[in-house]
Amino acid sequence: MQSPSLKATVEGLLFVSDGPTSLDRLAELLPEYDRAAIRISLQELRDGYEERGSGFTLVEVAGGWQLRSRPELTPYLSRMFKGRPVRFTQSALETLAIVAYRQPVTRQEIEYLRGVDTGAVLKSLLEKRLIKILGKKEIPGRPLIYGTTREFLEVFNLKDIKGLPTLREIQSLDEIPVYEVQEELPLVI
Amino acid sequence: MPSEAVGTSLFEGAVQGYNVKLDVFEGPLDLLLHLIRKNELDIHDIPIALITRQYLDYLKIMKELNLDLAGDFLLMASTLLQIKSRLLLPLPEPEEGEGGEPEDPRAELVRRLLEYQRYRDAGLDLGACKLLGRDVFVHPCSDVCSMEGITKSDDGPLELDLYDLAEAFNRLLSCIPAARAHEVAPRDVLSIVDAISEILDRLENQEYLEFEILLLESPDQERMIAFFLAILELCRIKLIKILQNSRYGAIYIFPSTTVEADLDGDADAVTFP
Repeated sequence: MQSPSLKATVEGLLFVSDGPTSLDRLAELLPEYDRAAIRISLQELRDGYEERGSGFTLVEVAGGWQLRSRPELTPYLSRMFKGRPVRFTQSALETLAIVAYRQPVTRQEIEYLRGVDTGAVLKSLLEKRLIKILGKKEIPGRPLIYGTTREFLEVFNLKDIKGLPTLREIQSLDEIPVYEVQEELPLVI
Repeated sequence: MPSEAVGTSLFEGAVQGYNVKLDVFEGPLDLLLHLIRKNELDIHDIPIALITRQYLDYLKIMKELNLDLAGDFLLMASTLLQIKSRLLLPLPEPEEGEGGEPEDPRAELVRRLLEYQRYRDAGLDLGACKLLGRDVFVHPCSDVCSMEGITKSDDGPLELDLYDLAEAFNRLLSCIPAARAHEVAPRDVLSIVDAISEILDRLENQEYLEFEILLLESPDQERMIAFFLAILELCRIKLIKILQNSRYGAIYIFPSTTVEADLDGDADAVTFP
């Protein structure tokens, strides 16, 4: 029997993996192959799926590679997952956006930006593991600081945190360092 | 004071289809942005009197409908009034050595509005991503063959943070029955120091301890809390490491020396900020 090609081996690994698999991890699993060759085979696989219009694609997400269904199939595939659609409220998205772009960020900073109490939203995002507590800020009161998680990248289909859509520029606003604004923050308990 | 005419004309249509209407506003900033857009105002030159009037009208409608007025909305109302009164007052003489024009009282509000708009848009952009579980799906991993045991772990133990640990502790606390009132015999009290030495003793004989088993052995809350605090303390002084094999998986406690030996120190275990 012919020994399987590297491409097939990588494809098989991606198929059975239960999360995004990093190139490092693949290289570690396949010591008999060159790291560069593994990278090339990943790209070949991705291009191959595109070319033949496959039902799934290979995407780079959360620092790894993962087989995901083709977005065009959503209307059909979602029939399979009817009971539990993933939905985010506007407040959850706003809060996530602030945490994602401004991390590490405290609850007070988020609430100042949003103008509303954000405790419940933060709690639910923590429970969904989209954000995590990074530690405490060394300012009076030592408030908790929050940041996004790997799961956040996975759910939002982002390669890494730099893959976030760029913030739309504020027109003609003097560049004010954000932390200076926050110094004047009224204490909201 | 808001004039009746403006109040009714502005939100007349809104009152009927009102439930839908209210959900639109995430907070005072959202409402203000809506009013600015509705009146086609320049955000850098907001007529505070007009906006404040409409804003207060809106709050009035909320009150009439017996909705709980969130404090945040009231705070913004007073901010608006404060800005208006500052606009009416003559400007104070600029202090010596402090050149430049005094800031427009509205500047801070404008900054906040623009900043808020920016993140609201960013939130919409995020919502438009190809969400996992909504737009794209992955091969569901079947747990049938999922591997048990520490050594077989796939990516090595996961880091876990204080939040995970506290969550696990809460879950366990809810497992034990509530205090029994009829019990009168004095119970032996376990101090944290005792708990620490007990954990360390056991770790000498065993390779690792399982968090859940360790805590569930305790017959009551007091002992459980003593053990939990002992674990936190041991972690703080770096005598143990706490690792988890998979999300929501069992949590293991290792003496810190074996972990370093086993994992070559690459798994950075719990560190408490």
